[in-house]
Amino acid sequence: MTAVTQTPGRTARSARPGAPRSRTARKNGWIALAFTAPTIAGLLVFFVYPFVANIFYSFTRFNLVSPPEWIGLRNYVYLFTQDPLVVQAALNTLWFVVFLVPIRIITALCIAGLLVRAKRASGVWRTIFYLPSLVPPVASVVAFVFLFNPGTGPVNQVLKLFGIDGPLWFNDPSWAKPSLVVLGVWVMGDIMIIFLASLLDVPTEQYEAASLDGANGVQKVRYVTLPALAPVLLFALITGIIAALQYFTEAAVASGVASGQATVGGGTGTSMGYPENSLLTYTMWLYVRGFANYQLGYAAALAVVLFVVAGIFMLLLLRRMNAFTPEGAR
Amino acid sequence: MITKKRLAAAAALAAAGALALAGCSGSGGGADKPASAAPTHLEGTVSLWHFFSDREADVIQSVVDDFEKKYPDVKVEVHSGQDDEKITKAIAAGKDVDVAISYSTDIVGTFCSSGAFIDLKPYIDRDKVDLGNLSAMPKSYTEFDGTRCAMPMLADAFGLYYNKDILQKFGYTAPPKTLSELETMALQMTTYNKDGSIKTLGYNPLMGWGENAAAHLGPAAGAQWLDDKGQSAVGADAGWPELMTWQRDFVQKIGYDKLQKFTAGLGQEFSADNPFQTGKVAMNLDGEWRTAFIKDQAPDLDYGTAPFPTADDHTDLYGGGYITGNIAGIGKGSKNPELAWALLKYLTTDTDAVVKAANGLGNVPTTTAALQSPNLSLPDQFQTFLDIMASPHSDTTPPSPVGAGYQKTFNDFWTKFQSGDGSGLTEGLKTVDKQINDQIALTTGP
Repeated sequence: MTAVTQTPGRTARSARPGAPRSRTARKNGWIALAFTAPTIAGLLVFFVYPFVANIFYSFTRFNLVSPPEWIGLRNYVYLFTQDPLVVQAALNTLWFVVFLVPIRIITALCIAGLLVRAKRASGVWRTIFYLPSLVPPVASVVAFVFLFNPGTGPVNQVLKLFGIDGPLWFNDPSWAKPSLVVLGVWVMGDIMIIFLASLLDVPTEQYEAASLDGANGVQKVRYVTLPALAPVLLFALITGIIAALQYFTEAAVASGVASGQATVGGGTGTSMGYPENSLLTYTMWLYVRGFANYQLGYAAALAVVLFVVAGIFMLLLLRRMNAFTPEGAR
Repeated sequence: MITKKRLAAAAALAAAGALALAGCSGSGGGADKPASAAPTHLEGTVSLWHFFSDREADVIQSVVDDFEKKYPDVKVEVHSGQDDEKITKAIAAGKDVDVAISYSTDIVGTFCSSGAFIDLKPYIDRDKVDLGNLSAMPKSYTEFDGTRCAMPMLADAFGLYYNKDILQKFGYTAPPKTLSELETMALQMTTYNKDGSIKTLGYNPLMGWGENAAAHLGPAAGAQWLDDKGQSAVGADAGWPELMTWQRDFVQKIGYDKLQKFTAGLGQEFSADNPFQTGKVAMNLDGEWRTAFIKDQAPDLDYGTAPFPTADDHTDLYGGGYITGNIAGIGKGSKNPELAWALLKYLTTDTDAVVKAANGLGNVPTTTAALQSPNLSLPDQFQTFLDIMASPHSDTTPPSPVGAGYQKTFNDFWTKFQSGDGSGLTEGLKTVDKQINDQIALTTGP
């Protein structure tokens, strides 16, 4: 193991304000800039410009084809006082944040915990649980809608054998979101594999020490496993929440396939949200308003609000998690 | 301090760049004014964007092939499977969209008012194209606020398809003419499995299934969408609550859950598993194109067509139906508008081209000459749709600056209403009115 340390002297010298920069330092600066230039250019083109342009468009009436027309706060007024579906779309999205994210994390954590203990064929089990996450989202949704088809799908056929009248799944507003959670759990291999690696990394000495101190199983999980996993959990939680706030593909495909409606010529906007807008997420609504109703200015306002909400979510989460991580507890 | 200044400078630079680029977007293109006389010789490449796929795309391709034979120095680049959303993005991005075909009239309002499709009047006037040769309704739904930015390219008419064998089995010799008759016959023809689930349906009343949409049912009661001022008329029109109440009661008589379960297991509308074609549904609301699909996918099906039944107190409207159609225009970024106009004119006014496309797609021709052409060879069942097209009781959805946005708002409400207890209809329709008007105001208002 190698430890990399920095000498205090160097740090102090390079940080001294007002000191004239040597030729070497300037050269090094240019080299550093050259290396980071592609990243900076990428940030400017793919983040800063779209971000600033989006804010600008949110104050305009813009239909993608005509030049944008400045309308001040009109889009925001409509968003907060008149939009008939924005509240439902936001609540649907919140539902996915509250249920899909934790359920996926808990399931992935449990499966990883079991796989750590697997003595035989652990490679096979890991592959089995990881494999679904490699299936493209569209393909997995289409397959799930077929499996859960209330009329002809095998899931309800099996339930029927046990005398259970299966629900309408993707065709029922009350079951559509839980059906997508089942899909989300099936494809939890991506975070499961990270948890597994992290669990395998926890020093066994810590468990032995905890045992000597008389800790029981729950206490070992609380005081050894979870603190060791905290950074990974934080990562899974943050990326999970961001993904849930942007939830689009799975819900859009499920809506389209389950509705059975052909979208010939009409584009995907025609069936989004089926059934009864129960699968209409915030980003889907944004897409419909922008590209099916040609209200790009309003869609930009929706995007700005989503950005602010996501930012608040992240700030709150990081503050809460800071106390939970080993560094924060110190 | 320096850092703050630098940050401020960077932000200002980014903002300036963004605004500059924002100012650029949406502009550009714009076809030049046409030459004083039509070119005597055509050459070059012209692009055609359309939404058709598979068999239907082949039909369009054969018409395009004829155009290329007629003008050997012209090459047409065909982009098939391009829906409205993709075409809009392509035009906005400055892609070379010379001619674009949309599947419905919904985008006419948006495309005319935004300039996404150029004004065709100068070309029409110059070439003395006789618009009187167009059928009346297609002629009207291809312009918005006095601007003709599109031409009709075949029309769609909606009517009732019925399976003759099933009707005969239940003792019927003629299709229903009123909604009550439709319901009575359909309930009789619905059969169930031992477990109580639906085996076959007489008619599927579920809103949102297949072609069951408010727009397609509206003419049955003469229901209107927008008033003369372009504001929502949904809440004030007596036709909508009548249709909604009938449809909801029909659904409840069979059972909403049962219908949902049965419908979910039905084949896709445009596949060979279409439930009308396979005999799972005895009567169906559908467009005239179904005749071509049946000829291709279920040639042995013994079926008839008729105008869709009317509401019981609107029997005078019998014979009409919902009419819409494909529309075609020239994208504002067209690099070669003369070639684009030549192709557009050929596709929409050349009698041989229109007849060939109508025969292949099973669509209603939109020019008088094509309608009277001896080469028009469509099945006997097609006559119903030609009659619907000519009926004074037929109607279409009005063009609007929000595209089909107002229809989605109403369809959402209706879809929810059908599974509820039937209360709150009047208040609900008033809310729909407000939502549609708010949406229109956001697009056009101060």
